[in-house]
Amino acid sequence: MSGDAGRASEMVERPADYATHIFAVADAEVRKLLHDPWEIFSRALQPVLWLMLFGEVMARVRGITSGGVRYLDFLAPGILAQSALFVSIFYGISAIWERDLGVLHRYMVSPAPRSALVLGKALSSSVRALTQATFVYICSVLLGVQLNLSPSHVTVVILLVVLGSGLFSTFSLIIACIVKTRERFMGIGQVLTMPIFFASNAIYPIALMPTWLKAIASANPLSYEVDGLRAMMLAGGVSVFGLGLDFLALLSAFGVVAVIATRMYPRLTQ
Amino acid sequence: MSTSPVVETQNLTRRFGQLVALSDVSFTVEPGEIFGLIGPNGAGKSTLIKILTTMLPPSSGRARVAGFDVSDAPEQVRRRIGYVPQLLSSDRELTGYENLLLSARLYLIPRSERARRIDEALDMMRLGDARHRLVRDYSGGMLRRLEIAQSMLHRPAILFMDEPTVGLDPGGRHTVWQHVRALNRDLGSAIVLTTHYMDEADELCHRVAIIQNGKLRAVGTPGELKAQYAPGASLDDVYEAVTSNVGAQA
Repeated sequence: MSGDAGRASEMVERPADYATHIFAVADAEVRKLLHDPWEIFSRALQPVLWLMLFGEVMARVRGITSGGVRYLDFLAPGILAQSALFVSIFYGISAIWERDLGVLHRYMVSPAPRSALVLGKALSSSVRALTQATFVYICSVLLGVQLNLSPSHVTVVILLVVLGSGLFSTFSLIIACIVKTRERFMGIGQVLTMPIFFASNAIYPIALMPTWLKAIASANPLSYEVDGLRAMMLAGGVSVFGLGLDFLALLSAFGVVAVIATRMYPRLTQ
Repeated sequence: MSTSPVVETQNLTRRFGQLVALSDVSFTVEPGEIFGLIGPNGAGKSTLIKILTTMLPPSSGRARVAGFDVSDAPEQVRRRIGYVPQLLSSDRELTGYENLLLSARLYLIPRSERARRIDEALDMMRLGDARHRLVRDYSGGMLRRLEIAQSMLHRPAILFMDEPTVGLDPGGRHTVWQHVRALNRDLGSAIVLTTHYMDEADELCHRVAIIQNGKLRAVGTPGELKAQYAPGASLDDVYEAVTSNVGAQA
């Protein structure tokens, strides 16, 4: 009797309550990070090494036409996207870990809508990615990359990183709901990272690729994140796809994975 | 307080493929009651708790918890229940206070009341001094008390506890019993707990249900069950009599 009427009224939460639920999840993650900030520093090493070792050597390879900018300048936004991707794509492990510990149960018996839990987790992954972005910016300045540091450009970079990281961490959550164990996830995570990274414009332009790879790279959301980052992060940076398309591609991909993850996340505890 | 049952199940059944984990279970729990579910491992206690806490849909039959159907209105049920799982659910990388803050937000306790409710819960569970310590440094007994603190913060109409004293020493068990009674008395919450320990069920529960092979074998107060199945004996003997007498009961 309470059935349909009750359900209709509770499917939609007040926006303020919905925001509280998202914030509750993200804030807990940020607090954990602050209790143990070493993780941030150890993760920061990877992008620094990519820029300093890979970047410095590849800059001497003449085959890469990077659109008139120095190769290191071309590379920096790619490495920013890459470090955010690596932080995010293994995020599903922590979901499995939380399930094993019993922490996930607590979220699932709470009245927080599942979509708010998914968005909260995505947001906390974005916070981690933004700490990585900070290190990439610092390193880029030290290596003489010509950055555009105007507040509006930096704001758009932050939005792109938040969106990209939310997208890949939520994708990772879906994988976690499918494989369900940490061991299987580790194997799959490695397999996924490589094509997402190499079949993108992160470290070389799509124009250099064979036709079949061009098609894959053009369907890869990471390419759109990198394209937007290149336009916004660099002084005189230009977008190949157009910033509008970059955001559209990232937003729609995020929408799709968020809807799927909202359906699958509760099954992790069953 | 409403006098309609806080838990009401009708022919509740759950199958996993060929396996029938729960078969035609019907019972009620009244407001303010401490209700014990006892039975061997794999009897279906955890499946029953999972259905009542909306974590698992039933295959057939119905269950109403706190006035709402678990299948039709799970969000309404979740707002009104507390759950202390068998696996501990607090986050070890957060402090006790931060864990309670997370719960307060998840249950939408108004900002103006959060601090007071958290203080109350910490005091009641005697965790005030440890509030800013990371939970990974808590003892087993402190962890249980933190779990209870988290689950009571929003003053649930009904609290589900899955094996609340498993792995605790006798002193720790008695402490948990005291807290269960205090919650029941002070907040008026009904409590449904599962246990392996017959003395616990006898001591703590107003009524108990014995579950075996997914079926409800007997329900009543410890006194009633003793009188019916094993006059002058303990609940242990009742349990023996009920669970070994499957053929006669069926």
